[in-house]
Amino acid sequence: MKIGKDPDGLAELLVKISAYSMILVVFFIFFFLFFEGIKIFNFESVQHFFLGQSWQPTSSNPRFEIASIIIGSLFVTAGALLLSVPVALGCAIYLSEVAPPSLSELLKPVIEILAGIPSVVIGFFGLTVVVPAVASIFGIPSGLTLLSGILVLAIMVLPTIETISEDALRSVPRSYREASAALGATDWETIHKVVLPAAMPGITVAILLGFGRAIGETMVVLMVTGNAAIIPTSVFDPIRTMTATIAAEMGEAPFGSPHYFALFMIAATLFVISFMVNSAANLLIKRGSRYA
Amino acid sequence: MKECEISARGINVWYGPKQALFDVSLDIYKNTVTSLIGPSGCGKTTFLRCINRMNDLIPFCRVEGKLMIKDTDVYGKEADVLSIRKKVGMVFQTPNPFPKSIYENVAYGPFIHGVRDKKKLDEIVRHSLQEAALWDEVKDELNKSALMLSGGQKQRLCIARALAVEPEIIVMDEPCASLDPIATAKIEDLITRLKEKYTVVIVTHNIQQAARVSDYTAYFYLGKMVEYGKTAEMFENPKEKSTELYLTGRFG
Repeated sequence: MKIGKDPDGLAELLVKISAYSMILVVFFIFFFLFFEGIKIFNFESVQHFFLGQSWQPTSSNPRFEIASIIIGSLFVTAGALLLSVPVALGCAIYLSEVAPPSLSELLKPVIEILAGIPSVVIGFFGLTVVVPAVASIFGIPSGLTLLSGILVLAIMVLPTIETISEDALRSVPRSYREASAALGATDWETIHKVVLPAAMPGITVAILLGFGRAIGETMVVLMVTGNAAIIPTSVFDPIRTMTATIAAEMGEAPFGSPHYFALFMIAATLFVISFMVNSAANLLIKRGSRYA
Repeated sequence: MKECEISARGINVWYGPKQALFDVSLDIYKNTVTSLIGPSGCGKTTFLRCINRMNDLIPFCRVEGKLMIKDTDVYGKEADVLSIRKKVGMVFQTPNPFPKSIYENVAYGPFIHGVRDKKKLDEIVRHSLQEAALWDEVKDELNKSALMLSGGQKQRLCIARALAVEPEIIVMDEPCASLDPIATAKIEDLITRLKEKYTVVIVTHNIQQAARVSDYTAYFYLGKMVEYGKTAEMFENPKEKSTELYLTGRFG
């Protein structure tokens, strides 16, 4: 490639560098996390680290076991998705298929504003409104619970899932709807049997992005879930997530200490979970688009 | 004189403030092919979409006048839009199969109208594909995506999909506009055979196509129906100057 004589060659080189540098960054982050994190296994066995439930990093006899923390993250994420996916999908279907265009125009910016609220603000709202409400409605001594985390996190991921699902629904060609209507289908039959299946790959992406946002969310869960590293037996128990653990403890963990390495291993684990979910998503999308 | 299947009287259509059709009255006969011809924007597609009330889907579209399909008053107060659309199968300008399998495309219509028995659905799918002259080409790959078919096959699949709900009338909006000559010939051949069972109304930009496939032709110009009659007679002896100019390719 002769740069200078061949302007296309230069452009190609530039986009190539951009692409490879992104991939490089991802690998670099992963290996950094992994090589720092793996040192914890000099202090704690692999089995104990992942399957044990006792997280006592600062005790005189420290224990680094993160099963309860992983479960805390997964529970609060799953709960938030369970709550927000139906609402977000309903909202997306309403705005793209049912509501008059003028109303959609009005509501779209409102949802986008919700997506743009900084998470610390939502966390503050959760702490001052949701947490006391949960405590008083269910008559429990503290509202800092899994339930509060689910509720507030659901609000946070709602706009992500809604906007991307709505875009997916809107991009279903008009010709499909017309074909269905011309066969004598009702609007609902058309939505249910033609539009939704056609938009499914996009909706899957929306849900997985919602998952990514929920499991990676730090501030909100740190503020409202109570941060007790136990495996919850009901939604009224407090939980502690992987993200909150890293955020709360990284500042205090001395550089090069077992605690420090353990936090890196938690980060690496979080990375792997996100990666697996993303891969599953890609697989699903490929299968979903068999006919697209 | 043949039995009248569709009878339009004084149809006026507006898109918002703009009037697209002016006082169109027209009788379409049973088991014939009627083509609607005329330059772009003359209202032929608008008229076609009046027959199965597809204009309802267009915001700000308003239809006035009386349109009867046999005894059904299409724009009457008691009209059941869904059953009218079931009775009038529609084929669109661009083939628009659903992103589903070939089988699911054809079975979709009967399924939403309540056919749940798998054997019966199988039978409908086979029969409809045979009627649309597609069965022999796809019978071994019914579970493949409809989007893998060629353009002409897709359009015949769309015809099969329309036939599957047992319509009485088939309306086609420039069904060959995006097809090559060979695929077009197949569709035209199919159209002439479909009239044995169905009443066919076709919008076309291709004057030769109208001559080849249709028994009756209606010529539209600027939202008005200028002339209507037997295709052979009109092509031989157009009564109106405008028809003659259009047919001889002087404008359009």
